[in-house]
Amino acid sequence: MAVKVYIPTPLRPYTDRKDAVEVSGSDVGEVLQQLVSSHPQLKSHLFTAEGKLRSFVNVYLNDEDIRYTGAEKTPVKPSDTLSIVPSIAGGSPASACCCSRC
Amino acid sequence: MATTAEPVSVNLSNDEIMRYSRHLIIPEVGIEGQRKLKAARVLMIGAGGLGAPVALYLAAAGVGTLGVVDYDTVDFTNLQRQVIHGTGDVGRLKLESARNTITEINPNVKVVGYAEKLTSENALQIFKDYDLVVDGTDNFPTRYLVNDACVLTGIPNVYASIFRFEGQASVLALPDGPCYRCWYPEPPPPGLVPSCAEGGVLGVLPGIMGTLQAMETIKLILGIGQPLKNRVMLFDALQMKFRELKLRKNPDCPVCGTHPTIKHLIDYQEFCGMRAVEEAQPVPEIAGMKQITALELKDEIDAGKPLVIVDVREPNEYQICRIPNSILIPLGELPKRAHELSPEQDIVVHCKMGGRSAQALDYLQKSGFKKVRNLEGGILAWSDEVDPSVPKY
Ligand SMILES: [Zn+2]
Repeated sequence: MAVKVYIPTPLRPYTDRKDAVEVSGSDVGEVLQQLVSSHPQLKSHLFTAEGKLRSFVNVYLNDEDIRYTGAEKTPVKPSDTLSIVPSIAGGSPASACCCSRC
Repeated sequence: MATTAEPVSVNLSNDEIMRYSRHLIIPEVGIEGQRKLKAARVLMIGAGGLGAPVALYLAAAGVGTLGVVDYDTVDFTNLQRQVIHGTGDVGRLKLESARNTITEINPNVKVVGYAEKLTSENALQIFKDYDLVVDGTDNFPTRYLVNDACVLTGIPNVYASIFRFEGQASVLALPDGPCYRCWYPEPPPPGLVPSCAEGGVLGVLPGIMGTLQAMETIKLILGIGQPLKNRVMLFDALQMKFRELKLRKNPDCPVCGTHPTIKHLIDYQEFCGMRAVEEAQPVPEIAGMKQITALELKDEIDAGKPLVIVDVREPNEYQICRIPNSILIPLGELPKRAHELSPEQDIVVHCKMGGRSAQALDYLQKSGFKKVRNLEGGILAWSDEVDPSVPKY
């Protein structure tokens, strides 16, 4: 069964600029795994090398933070929406840039 | 906080009563509310994109004391969104430019300026004179510093941040409410923060998010309505949608939890992994990287040397300016388009400032390209040293 996953602006380069994608799975973990297998470039942005969800990426099932609902084991229903909400900071290269000179 | 029902000793002049009449006739504000606004002391961190509308509206609303922390000067790239500054302010301290505009809007407002960087050393000293903090910072070290200083001093933090077409806002560090660390325990490492090729912000967006901050600030001062507490508002301008998410106080939060481990301000540059970045080589260190300066490149072009100039920026950047006869292969497309280049060619890669092109050089060298050089300082150096008609952005 498919749920809608909202992709935030900073991660849209890795989903062909789509702001939402339909992904199937029975719990949050499966949905996220399915998401990164269809959009492999997302993987390093969402998961650490050990496969743990990164601490600066918050995942919400509907309006609830999954950290408080059973994390990746939280079951999903077809009407649910999953939101990836990373921390964001401004739009100026000087402060938000990956390297000091790009 | 001076936001409760304690009697407010300030009085309004007849001129002020006239000025604020549209507030005074709202029962939820009235004379008492307007006095609370006049007595209120609000500290704004940053007089940039978010700080501009916050300052304009708080000044117009009659907030008595506005502290502004900003050591930056106005430049031309600010004017697209930082509406408190004008063209004639370019080169001035943002703080002084903001002070002028605020005073022009409402001379009753006392502006207290701090032309310094907010640091772990000065934050608590500055914060102690204020009732509320409005966080308009655009970087993670200051974001965490403001958060921790608000929690430690018990001052609420009216927070917003923006990226391209998207914004987030919340009121943090209220009594029994969550803080930024409850939400995001750690900042992203610098390498995973979007690069300048992916940055930018539509100028109206900070206007929308900043006015939300101004509204929440005024509600807190007046003690009316429901503050944006225990929830965060997400705004997507392209969809024109607001979405509300729950935000919970984390009992294990290192700064506001039941057993805090952070009891005084820390080194936020280090916490955000910035120390290593700042001290690193200006260009990512790449084995065997050969550089070429803009002037040397110009000489080689003029001497007729066969060169392939590869611009690895994004197409929208290429439309702004380009080096003559360069070909555009955005960094992200390089792996699938490298076959358009020949390993025997003399190649010069460039981007805006030299960072992305260093990555391109690294990729090409590892793919067997032997004669690749990086244009030091990118197209900005070309504009500075060779052709000033090339616009900078
Ligand atoms: Zn907290």
